[in-house]
Amino acid sequence: MSQDTNKSPRDRMLDRRMFLKGAVAGLALSALPAGANAYDWEKFLQKHFREMNEAELKKVIERLERETSLEWKKKITISTAKAIPDVKFGYGLDLSRCIGCRRCVYACVKENNQSRANQVHWITVLRFKQGEKWADLENSEKYYSSKLVPEEGAFYMPVQCQQCENPPCVKACPAQATWKEPDGIVVIDYNWCIGCRYCMTACPYGARRFNWAKPDIPQNELNPETHYLGNRPRFKGVVEKCTFCIQRTRLGKLPACVEVCPVGARKFGNLLDPKSEIRYLMSNKRVFRLKEDLNTNPKFYYFFAT
Amino acid sequence: MAKKWMFSLILSLVAGALFYLFPVSFCFAGEEKMAQDPDEDLPKLFIPRSGPAENFPCSKCHKYRPVNREKRKLVLNHTTIELKHAEKNRWCFDCHDGDKLRLPNGELVEYDKPYLLCGQCHGTIFRDWKAGIHGKTVGRWVGDKVFYVCVSCHDPHKPKFKQIEPEKQPLRPTEIKLIKK
Ligand code: HEC
Ligand code: HEC
Ligand code: HEC
Ligand code: HEC
Repeated sequence: MSQDTNKSPRDRMLDRRMFLKGAVAGLALSALPAGANAYDWEKFLQKHFREMNEAELKKVIERLERETSLEWKKKITISTAKAIPDVKFGYGLDLSRCIGCRRCVYACVKENNQSRANQVHWITVLRFKQGEKWADLENSEKYYSSKLVPEEGAFYMPVQCQQCENPPCVKACPAQATWKEPDGIVVIDYNWCIGCRYCMTACPYGARRFNWAKPDIPQNELNPETHYLGNRPRFKGVVEKCTFCIQRTRLGKLPACVEVCPVGARKFGNLLDPKSEIRYLMSNKRVFRLKEDLNTNPKFYYFFAT
Repeated sequence: MAKKWMFSLILSLVAGALFYLFPVSFCFAGEEKMAQDPDEDLPKLFIPRSGPAENFPCSKCHKYRPVNREKRKLVLNHTTIELKHAEKNRWCFDCHDGDKLRLPNGELVEYDKPYLLCGQCHGTIFRDWKAGIHGKTVGRWVGDKVFYVCVSCHDPHKPKFKQIEPEKQPLRPTEIKLIKK
């Protein structure tokens, strides 16, 4: 089997670029090590996710499933389920209920195969004290460690990818490795990400995370039901973030953070369905979005039920 | 035997009649009254309550006990029940009647429909709950949703949501030791 499954796609990307340049200069042979087999070439020449036809996609997924399963010594499935027609996902978070218990943070880590030791958390819970200038993300406390929550006079605001309709991260990516899907989810292709982290700088919500090392996931906790654009195990050197649990929500299920929230502060649904919970709260509750003045147009609505 | 039975019947009738006069005055001026619509759009699927079941059905003990409506500290049983829910003008029989729950309007409902009880006093929250906003639904975002009932989260006797232990805080960047493989 290929020896470089552990190799970060960034390195492979560099190989690819070298190859393309090299081809012009007649140096094609130096791009891949001598003795590279058809299998390596196939991986090396993988097309952009959105440009592959069904047959090509199937082949790529079969290869990735084989590689990933081998690497993690566990049968792993990688879905490519497409966006459901007439669905645009929206999220609601009730700030009058959230108690800052961080159950969501760790449910997300587990569901989405985030690196444990390297503390890749897609959700950060911020704490504000009464009277503090709040929704001031930079000056809030995320390391609070009280015995019990909610604390007197405190309130909590979990932040994760806001799934902007107008996402600055997508514009910043030089490799077209991140884009917005028809159901509104901003996704990343870990096989295309070159790890430049421009998107992280561009995100006004600090929602993207970088894999400085190969993800550290206990093998028995690895969630084997994955999506290509979601929770499949990442490589060293790529960026990741919340995908509204694309592997769950495209099957009609709720995101893991919604399921786990003990106070029911998290709401999820179809913005195009006038009977959805999310539409109810948008028209009946006080709603706001983070940094609205930036025109990012998030689909993540904070609200106050009371 | 028959005499005892008659006695407790009369006792409960008298007590019941007396009692009946009160609930009206307990109606809570502050809370919004719910419009009782017969074919109301109620949820269909529920997560059943998960509390202890040893006290159900109530009649397994109470059919042998005369009803004692005196507001008092219970010592023989139910010692863990502490009423902290508008308790000044409230007692057990506002909500309990034999093997049923008693609504403020006098109707009796089964224990699997506690939301009808809570809903009569907490109309606004009840409406939000039916819409899936207050409380929680699980399962799927599309199609029929499974609802948590009020008593899954609130102890009806002491409904304020209890504080819980948070999960551990994230490490500061300087504390992270990268695991390199
Ligand atoms: C294991 C037997 C047992 C079961 C089951 C039981 N009870 Fe009781 N209950 C008692 C006893 C004994 C007392 C008397 C407590 C005291 O006077 O200190 C009591 C007292 C009460 C009282 C105070 C009024 C009175 O008549 O003494 C209420 C109200 C009550 N129970 C409600 C319930 C309800 C509602 C249920 C079912 C959900 C239930 N009980 C199930 C044994 C039981
Ligand atoms: C606000 C209405 C209300 C009042 C007042 C109330 N109860 Fe309850 N009680 C309920 C509801 C609703 C349930 C069902 C809870 C469930 O299904 O988990 C319940 C459950 C119970 C149970 C069975 C569960 C358990 O804890 O074992 C007992 C026993 C009981 N009540 C006794 C009492 C007694 C005794 C009092 C008076 C001190 C009282 N209740 C006052 C609403 C009330
Ligand atoms: C007869 C009317 C009535 C019924 C029935 C009733 N409540 Fe209440 N509830 C009140 C009143 C009045 C208050 C405010 C007084 C207080 O906080 O104790 C209150 C307060 C509350 C609170 C806020 C408690 C706090 O300290 O913040 C909760 C939660 C609650 N009720 C839940 C419930 C649930 C769940 C049920 C159904 C099992 C229910 N209520 C049934 C009248 C009612
Ligand atoms: C998923 C758990 C959950 C369910 C289910 C739930 N609640 Fe609550 N409820 C909460 C939390 C959390 C709070 C806020 C904390 C508090 O004040 O105790 C709250 C607060 C309340 C309050 C206090 C007033 C307010 O707005 O803060 C009332 C009254 C109440 N709930 C009634 C109900 C009723 C009635 C139902 C069922 C129709 C219900 N709850 C179902 C979690 C729940």
